[in-house]
Amino acid sequence: MEFQRVLALIKREMKKTVREPAVLFMIFLFPIVFVFAFGASFGGGGSQPSYSIGIVNLDQTNSVNASKIFYIALSNTKILSLHVYTNNQSAQNDLSQGKVQAVIIIPNDFSKSLVSFETVPNEPNKWINSTLKLYLDKGSLVATQAIPPIIQQVLTAITGQTQQIPSNPFHLETASLVEVKTPSALDFIAPGMFTFASIFLIMMVSQSFTQDRENGMMKRIRITPTTPTEFMLSQAISYMIIALVQAALVFIMVYIMGFRPAVGIPVYIFAFLLVLVFSLSNVGFGLITATIAKSSGAATGLSFLFVLPQLFLGTFVGASLSSAAQIVGKFVPSYYVTDALTSLFLRGAAITSPIILLDVATISISCIFILAIGVILYDKYFRI
Amino acid sequence: MSESAIIIEDLVKKFEDVIAVDDVNLQVANGELFGLLGPNGAGKTTIINILCGLIKPTSGSAIIGGYDVQNEPMKVKELIGVCIQETAVYPYLTGAENVNLFGDLHVMDSETLKARRTMLFEKMGLTSEAKRRAGKYSGGMKRRLSLILALIHNPQIAFLDEPTVAMDPQSRHAVWDFIKDLKNEGKTIILTTHYMEEAEELCDRIGIIDHGKLIALGSPKVLISNNLVKNLEDVFIKLTGRKIREEV
Repeated sequence: MEFQRVLALIKREMKKTVREPAVLFMIFLFPIVFVFAFGASFGGGGSQPSYSIGIVNLDQTNSVNASKIFYIALSNTKILSLHVYTNNQSAQNDLSQGKVQAVIIIPNDFSKSLVSFETVPNEPNKWINSTLKLYLDKGSLVATQAIPPIIQQVLTAITGQTQQIPSNPFHLETASLVEVKTPSALDFIAPGMFTFASIFLIMMVSQSFTQDRENGMMKRIRITPTTPTEFMLSQAISYMIIALVQAALVFIMVYIMGFRPAVGIPVYIFAFLLVLVFSLSNVGFGLITATIAKSSGAATGLSFLFVLPQLFLGTFVGASLSSAAQIVGKFVPSYYVTDALTSLFLRGAAITSPIILLDVATISISCIFILAIGVILYDKYFRI
Repeated sequence: MSESAIIIEDLVKKFEDVIAVDDVNLQVANGELFGLLGPNGAGKTTIINILCGLIKPTSGSAIIGGYDVQNEPMKVKELIGVCIQETAVYPYLTGAENVNLFGDLHVMDSETLKARRTMLFEKMGLTSEAKRRAGKYSGGMKRRLSLILALIHNPQIAFLDEPTVAMDPQSRHAVWDFIKDLKNEGKTIILTTHYMEEAEELCDRIGIIDHGKLIALGSPKVLISNNLVKNLEDVFIKLTGRKIREEV
């Protein structure tokens, strides 16, 4: 391995990126402009939503088991998937990792409160008031908007009330919204933005390889003593550097626009490392595209076969996607990158939490696998 | 290094049903300037591509500088310099940057690279263009730069695949002078061309190739005298019954 060769090829790739206006636009400006426009028009929503709700039951039942009634009423909504936790800590852990989108803490005086209401429904001053705490997934725009009204309606229903402005002893406190500022649409899509920019490397890699093949430069390099390992290493490093710059530019842009996740420097470093690993899969997809494409023009079109699924299934994960799309999304690497970044930035998950470690493992294995497939295929049909 | 810089034995290359190289046997001595002459599609470039390890032969062998091309391709690539037929340069790099890149790929030290780059730019008349982006060069300038890229690492053996095609007469003669200098430095050179006057002017020996077969071999003078004709063009017409190329 001669690092002089690797370094020379990296320098060449960097100069190309900076000096070719089309490349400069495609790699840096297009993702930023597209993200900005998409972010501005992104409104969430989705078909047939289904929400996972964690329940921590602290209720001390007496003659009336109000928590059971509440649980049955929640189940009857058909759009809530309920998970019962024995303590708040384990529920919060799952919330921070995105396994549930909300956690309801049923207070210990819940049943007493319902009994007091049913005894004297028209005398509010004799009710025993109780407060249910609702913790929401701060990484899900839909969860913060859709879940509180549903819970409120169920609480109203179990008291037998139907009026628009009900009067009952239950107070729903949305804990997450009390603790932090109201999240903006930008907060929800920012993690996907980091992933998004890197996806366009697929197009650049496929174009670069097909162009160099067309104009004879690949042939010229193959005549030198440069080994395939040196060449591919230089390409991987070059595109990782580009991905890093892209992520930095996106970060600067969203920071200027008001994205301020409450995380420390290590989380930022970790996020950038994730994007770096993710860029390897895009090099792999680019090589697969370059293998299939006969010309650089064809490579541009074919690259969308890989760009679009990654873009739409992997960059804006969560309840805003249909359940079918969420399932399909689990087959694209970008899904796990966005999921990990959402957990880190918005849900406050720790780097060492199981969901992050699982995402990192999935990203690393899939990206290296895709890169290997790309290198093997390209080398088989065109030789590096 | 053996006495013969290049030994080609029973070389065959088939592309599906087409035989591009048909049982070619050839030896090129150290320091010899050997011309492969033939019309477009005769198999000249295929032979060069096999010699520099770009494609595998269907059968037969090629030994360059004592190394088998198939078994020790990296050793061969360290010995050779190849001016490919395409005018392939990176358009977004300057002429000097293109040359530096290929110097680095041959792991040259910076001082030697700089000295050799300066000398080659001077010889090729590109000194004033060194800092311009290669994308702005004319076709002839790109061809000259292409030749510099092939020879920047001072290879002992050079394959020049139609280095003067589509060049203006002035540039062509500059390249001829450069090739003569290489010969005087003791380099072994295989030059493919379909320009008869180029082959006659430069080559010690010539192999005429047609439909993948080596149909004649010898010095230009010997080939002309043996066939009782005036020039190499007539040799080709006599051997094949047709002209080698369109007029320049």
